[in-house]
Formats: sequence, structure tokens, C-alpha cells
Amino acid sequence: MPNTVQVYIDHFNGVASGASWETLGAARKVAEALGGGVTALVLGSGVESLAQQAFEFGADEVLLADAPGLKDYRAEAYATVVSRLAKDAAALLMPNSSRTRELAGMVAVDLETGVTPDAVAFEVKDGVIVATRPIYAGKLLIKEICAKARPQIVTLRGRAFPAPAAQSGRKGTLTKVDGAAEAKTEVVEYKASEGGVSLSDAAIIVSGGRGVSNNPKLTPPAGMTDEKQIEVWKAQQGFELVRGLAAALGAAVGASRAAVDAGYVPYAYQVGQTGKVVSPDVYVALGISGAIQHLAGMRTSKTIIAINKDPEAPIFKVARFGIVGDLFELAPALTEALKKKLGK
Amino acid sequence: MDFSLSSEHEMVQKLVRDFARSEVAPTIRDWDRKQEMAPETLPRMAELGLLGVCIPVRYGGQGMDYIALGLVCEELEAVDTTLRVVMSVHMGLNSLGLLQWGTEEQKQRYLTPQARGQRYAGFALTEPGVGSDVARMLSTARREGDEYVINGEKMWISLATKAHHVLWFAKTGGQGVDAHDAISAFILETDRPGVTKGDLHGKLGVRAGSTGWIACQDVRLPTANRLGEEGEGFRIAMACLDNGRYTVAAGAAGLIRASLEASVRYARERQAFGHTIDRYQLIQQKIAVMVRDYEAARLLYLRAGWMKNRGLRNTRETSLAKWYATEASFQAASEAIQVHGAYGYSDEYVVERYLRNARGAMIYEGTSEIHQLMQAGYALGLRQDAPLRCELPAYDAEIWQAEV
Amino acid sequence: MNIVVCVKQTPDTAATITVQDGKVSWGDAPLVINPWDEYAVEQALRTKEAHGGKVTALSLGPEAAREALKHALAMGCDEAILVSDPALEGVDSLVVSKALAAAIQKIGDVDMVFVGRQAVDTDTGVTGPQLARRLGWPALSLVAAIPALDPGAKTITVERMIDEGRQVVRSPMPAVLSAVKELNEPRYPSFMGIRKASKATIPVWSAADAGLASVPAAVLAWPEIIAPPKVEIKVELIEGATPAEAAAKLADRLVAEKVL
Repeated sequence: MPNTVQVYIDHFNGVASGASWETLGAARKVAEALGGGVTALVLGSGVESLAQQAFEFGADEVLLADAPGLKDYRAEAYATVVSRLAKDAAALLMPNSSRTRELAGMVAVDLETGVTPDAVAFEVKDGVIVATRPIYAGKLLIKEICAKARPQIVTLRGRAFPAPAAQSGRKGTLTKVDGAAEAKTEVVEYKASEGGVSLSDAAIIVSGGRGVSNNPKLTPPAGMTDEKQIEVWKAQQGFELVRGLAAALGAAVGASRAAVDAGYVPYAYQVGQTGKVVSPDVYVALGISGAIQHLAGMRTSKTIIAINKDPEAPIFKVARFGIVGDLFELAPALTEALKKKLGK
Repeated sequence: MDFSLSSEHEMVQKLVRDFARSEVAPTIRDWDRKQEMAPETLPRMAELGLLGVCIPVRYGGQGMDYIALGLVCEELEAVDTTLRVVMSVHMGLNSLGLLQWGTEEQKQRYLTPQARGQRYAGFALTEPGVGSDVARMLSTARREGDEYVINGEKMWISLATKAHHVLWFAKTGGQGVDAHDAISAFILETDRPGVTKGDLHGKLGVRAGSTGWIACQDVRLPTANRLGEEGEGFRIAMACLDNGRYTVAAGAAGLIRASLEASVRYARERQAFGHTIDRYQLIQQKIAVMVRDYEAARLLYLRAGWMKNRGLRNTRETSLAKWYATEASFQAASEAIQVHGAYGYSDEYVVERYLRNARGAMIYEGTSEIHQLMQAGYALGLRQDAPLRCELPAYDAEIWQAEV
Repeated sequence: MNIVVCVKQTPDTAATITVQDGKVSWGDAPLVINPWDEYAVEQALRTKEAHGGKVTALSLGPEAAREALKHALAMGCDEAILVSDPALEGVDSLVVSKALAAAIQKIGDVDMVFVGRQAVDTDTGVTGPQLARRLGWPALSLVAAIPALDPGAKTITVERMIDEGRQVVRSPMPAVLSAVKELNEPRYPSFMGIRKASKATIPVWSAADAGLASVPAAVLAWPEIIAPPKVEIKVELIEGATPAEAAAKLADRLVAEKVL
């Protein structure tokens, strides 16, 4: 249909990404501007339940290509099917993922149209999607359009668009389509990622400083009498709060030099003038004062969040969000609140 | 007059800069504290071809020119002086000395493995009691048939415990011979019987390096190991210093640049009296002086390199470059500490190491005082360079990059 | 094995990027080989070292892109080709992939193509898959490891980085692989490489030379380039009657502002 907006539902092992529903929500806005409907594309094997979810999140129609050959995502096969389904659509939206960027690219070649990846915002003007996306690692943004070629293919960045509320029991038109497609590759197996999140590459870092070490409410275990030992033990308890928040956010753990020098955590965690220089999207500083040599290691972070009991701490001068208070209460509370909010 | 660097030179600069920044910089503070050379340093420099950078390919080198040597030294010292010291002794003083004065046999036997990085090389001139007054050295080389017997002690020798080959200077002339004609140069393998060596610690700077002493007790050397003619040693030593000094000058320019970069970075971050300190004029003055001194030092060493490429005698120009750059680098490091305030006084930041490293360069490879006397000598007509029996070969890309 | 690696020249990632007169400016920052492409070049070289053959570096860009090709040569590539044509300036990935595919077909008999996962300037990351699609070859993107490669049987097994971990895929060759940094550690150029590279004559192919009879028009356009406004950081201090309340408010704000 010439003014239909299609949405590719990205999933792994039959579980759709949250970003797929956000994309459905965004598609509705585009469809309204174009005067058409929203059709979800579901490819896979044994994935009919995704069709029902797509209806609940706003799809009017679902084109379901359910075939054994589509059990594992293989770019060649998926692209062939999607190109077959999308050739008359006005727009094809996908949530941005390791699968969809290449899928979108290949469909674009099949249909001789453009693909705008990783859009963080858009508007629709005269039937053309004007998508805003980052270039130069986000140092600049561009507005990109595909004026004439169709469909206009855009992949949307996860969590940049609101998720629509699920309308339980909502129904739509389910159309089963041919899922036959050739692919020369064969998926052998899946493996877990190697290792944890490295500090240098992490998009989110939660760091602890000296302030993490002196929780007055802690009682050392019976038999521990050495002052230094108690201090280190208290600090390690404190770092458990740092780790807890990091785990909830899928973040790497960092530390200030003071924490490393005092023996609370190993040197590999150190962020600062000595230690690692990091530039994550989010840097959460717990009990870190923000002295210049620590700032030197993290001040180019996109967003800095600080929790410290001292309102005068220099960290608040570079933080975008902060709470002045007791981090021993606030850190676990924040961990819980974020878990709930992020649906983990 | 073309002041631009060739794309080849730019690629060399980038290669060395990337190596030094990613492989040396992260741990240099720890090795400096330990007063030890990181064990990977020499093997890595060898692997990358740095230890033979401006030696002809047919002698195991990389066939680059003298300007490339200067650029390499500038980039190495911008991270730490110890890396450049390796180039100074292995390449500047020893390898180029062999290139200039060695017989074909000596070049094949000693220069080739050095250039390949299979052997490390050093320069043994200075003694416990003899620095500037080279002619008064005490080490002797007594001729006995077709051997020389070497005795003596050399001190403040970089790579003393790591070098396989050193150029050893000793008295061969007896009474009545003018001191300047009484010295001969020798290629000494440090594993010969009678050679002992040890490390020296407690230096103010260049602590992540290897400095030590070497002693010879009745060490026997075949005459084939004498470099140049008997009695030519003083002139050979001075010629070697023309190349050693060149690397020091280039390195010191790198140190000024490093001080400048650290100061600019810090001044943009640090706040005082409500603003970042880069907007205060007294800080700006320090930065301006560093810029001036870096650019001047850089042009001076590049000019010396250019002259070496053309086979032009450059004793005066190299001495001038070394004197200027080393004095300026000490000032630059000192001012960089001032810009950093108390943090500059701590090894959390790099600048205190720069100052400690810079200070040595004003003493070795000719003290600043010696260079001033040289410059005045040239200017007043009191000093003239006599042609040498062997000149440092001019650079010819085709010849140097030929396999045979 | 006849291997092609596609490289792009991009501004140094440390450059300050601004918008001047509606165009992107990187000031006097140097132009370098796209960092991701170094991993691709390294893998191409390792493959040649293991299985024999030849590596050709290929770039589409202005004359200045020669420098990126020189870097690839200095790392050890055997040959380099620059596809440069005024008609190919300012085009989109649809055209770029078409031109590169044509050039690769012109080179002929190619067994493998390596590309970096994305270019650090345009950040599009679709060139590899699009190239594969045009050539009719499997696209193996985001390759983090190559556990097996049989040039005789023309098969390859790769580990791809996916959001959920790693996907192990077996594929026939020829194929197009895009590299991520887990794949290897790029080597420094050697001095011999630098000498060879600076002496090398790099042929320049026009679009026609590359086999593109005509250059299609780009379908994408960038009507506007925006420098994100410099935000004066003024901390937003969150308060609450209890720590739980303050924490909940902070969580709300963070999600609302799309920070997390």
C-alpha cells in the first residue's frame, strides 16, 4: 500500500526487543502523517505469538513469514523476504540493532532506496520523513531525507522513542506470507559474549570513591580487629553498592584514585589522570569529590550523575543530575528505582 | 626552501608517536619509580626497526634518512627520555660511528646485527674522573703483537649492562704524543673476558633507563677491533658526538612540545578565581614561551638533519641545536610544573618527570658550557672544523634502500 | 587468495568537529585511515600470511584519500587502487556500494573482501552489507573472530558480535566481512612498508574505469547539519523526603531525559 508504514519486528529466539514496540509507536506517528496504516513484519520460525504482541502495541496488520528456513536470523534470507514485503510501502522502520542495520542496508539495495540508520528523532514533512541522526560519533547531528525513493527506510535508536502502552487483547489482520528465501550461510551455534564490560568501552560507568568506604552503620564481622582491615572491609561492602547499581545498568565499575590507593579495589578500576581516561554516555559518581585529577579522566562523559553528602563537592559542578545525601541509602534505592523503571 | 615534511616522514612520525603513546606511556611512571627499564622496551624498539632506522638496508637497517632519525627521537622523548637515550647511544653515537669510520668487515660484523636490533650498542667515553676533558682519559690500550690490551673504567654509560657492543676509547699514544692524537677507538664486545659492568641508580632523572659503568681488566682485543687508525680516537669520538647530540637536540624539542601540550591541557581544565586559568596572562606567557622554544628547537635540529642528509659538516649546527633545545626544555618543564601548581610537583602528572629528565641533557653529550665555548669559538674565528678522513655518508635513498 | 580490503579516509577522531557555512569542518586536524578499517586491513594481511595470495586496498574518495591507501600499503598491502570521480562526490552509501562493487568486479577473481564496520565520520555502517548484496555474496558483518578458513574448499567460519553475544556462522566464499575491534590488533606500518608506500604509484580509476557506465544519483540528502548546542552544565539537584523518594525521582528524570 503506497502510504503504509511497515515495521520490522526485531527479535532474538522469539523474544522481541523493547525497541521494536517503540518503533511501532513511532510508526503510528508517521502513518498518521501519511494517511495510512501500520503493518508489522514478523519473520522467524514459530513466532506467531509475536504477531499478537505487535497488534497489542499498535500494528493494524501483521505480515507473518513463518518458515523453518527463517529460524535463525540470516541476513540474505531475511533481506529477500523483507524486500518482497516492503516493495510497495511508503516507509519501513526498524529498531536499530546488530541485525537490522545490515538488514536495512541490504533491503535498500534490493529496492534501490535509502537507509537512515540510528535516528534519534524525526518529523514528517509533505510525506517525507526528516530523520535526525548522529554523525562523527555524535559530535554533530544531521537531518536526512529520502525525498523520492520508496520505501523510506529508517532504523530508530533504542530508548530514543517512547514505548506505546500495550492494549491487551487488541486485534488486527494477520496475513501469512511466503517465507521461502535462499541463503548460503549456516548458523552453527550461539555463544555468550566474552568477558564483562571493559571500562574503556563501557557506555555506562558507575564509580565509587573514598566516600564509599565509611558507612557508619556497618558492623565488622566478629574477630576483625585490625583498623586497616576493617577500613578495607567497610569499603568493599560499600563497593558492593557500586557493583549493584552497575549490574542493574549493565555498566562497568570504576573507582577514584583514593579508592585504589587505599586498597579497596584493584588498579584496573582506576579512572583519572593516572588510570583510565573514559568517555561514556553516562558516568555515575558515588562518593567521589571530583578533584581535578579524577575529572581529567571522566569529564568528557556525556552525562554525569553524582551522589555525595557534601553539597560543595566539585563533582556537582560538572554533574547534570545529583543528589546530596547519604549514598549508603541512596545507591541501593536508586538501584531499585531504576530496575523498576527500566523493567529489569 | 621547503619546510614541509614528506609523506614518508609523516608516516614515520605517526608510527613512533602511536607506539610510544600506546605501549610506553601507560606504564612509564611505574618504571620510572622502580628505576628500571621496562623489559619490553629494547625488544619492541628492535622489532619495529627503530634501532636501525637510518642505517642502509644492506647493513640491516631501514634505509631512512637523518631527518627521520630526528623525528623518531622527538616523538620518543615526548613520551619519555629513556626511549630517546636508547637511540642516542645505540644509533647516534655507536651505529652512525661505525657507518662513518668502520671498515666493510666491521660494518658487516657489528653494524648489521645492531641495525637489525639483534645486538644493542653503547658508547664508552666518559670516565669517573673525565667528562668534558676527554683528552685526559685514563683508560689505556697497550699494543701487544696483533692485540690490544684494554684497561680502564667508564662511567655514566647508558645501556652499560644491556649493550652487546660498545665503542671504547682508550689511550694508545705514549709520552710525547699530543693528547688529542693519543687516543684510539675500539669496538668492544662486552662479553669478553675481563669485562665487568654494573648498573647505577639514584639518578635525578632518566630513571626508567639503564645507566651504569663498565670496567676492563686486561681485556684482549684483536687489532681488527680498532675503529679507524691508531691515534684517531679523539676525532672519532667528536664525530660520533655530532650524531649523538643531534638525537639529544631532537629529543629535547619533543620534551618542550610535551611540556607545552601538558600545560595547555591543564590550563583549559583548572579553575581559579572563577575562571579556567588559560585566560590569565601570566599563564599565557608561559605557554607562548614554550611555543617559541619548541618551534625554534625543532627548526634547529631539522636543519642539522638536512645538512647531514647532504653530507655537509654540521658540528656547529648540531652543537647549537643541542645547546638551545636542552636548555629550553629544562625551562619549559619547569614552567609546565608551575602551570600545574601543586599537582605539577607530584608524579600523578607527567611534568615533574619531564623536569628531572631534562636536567641531564644539559650535562651529557657536551655540557651547555662546552657548547657555549664552541659557539663562541666559531663566531670569533678561534675554532675551525678541519676535514675528517671519513665523513658521515650523505643520504642517498637509492643506495640506502638497495638490498645489496 | 585474492583479497580486497576497502578503506576510507576520515578526520582524526580527536578532531574538533564543527559546522562552517553549512558544511562539516574538522579544522586542521589530520585525515587518517578510518580506524575501523585498520582492523580490516590487519585481518586481510593475516589471511594472506596464512594462506598466501595478494591484498589490494581499495578506496573511494577524493585525491587526498591516497594517504589512507598509503597507510594500508605501509601496513603491508600489495597494491592500492583509488576510485575518484567528481560524479562520486557527496553521494550516499547506495552509490558508494555500487561503485565499490563494480571496482571489485573489475579487479576480478576476488575471494574475500574486508571492510571496517563503519566509517567514523558518516557512521552509517551499511557499506559492507550493501556491497555483499550487490556482489551476490554472503555478508558476514561484525566479525570478531575467524575460527576456520579453508581456501581450497572455499569455506569460512566466523563469530559475529550480536547484541546477545556471539553468533557462529559458516559461509561459502567469496564473502564480504566487516571487522570489529575484537578481531585483532592492527600492526604498525613497517619502515619498509612506509618506503614502499611513499614510492608507490596508486592508480586512480574514474567511475567509468571502475566499470560504472553511469553514476546513479544519490537517493539521500542532508538538508541540515546541526552542531548540538553547547549546554551550560547546571546541576539539577534532586530532593526527596526520604532517600527512596529522591532516588525514585532521579530515576524518573533519567528515563524522561533519555539518559538511561
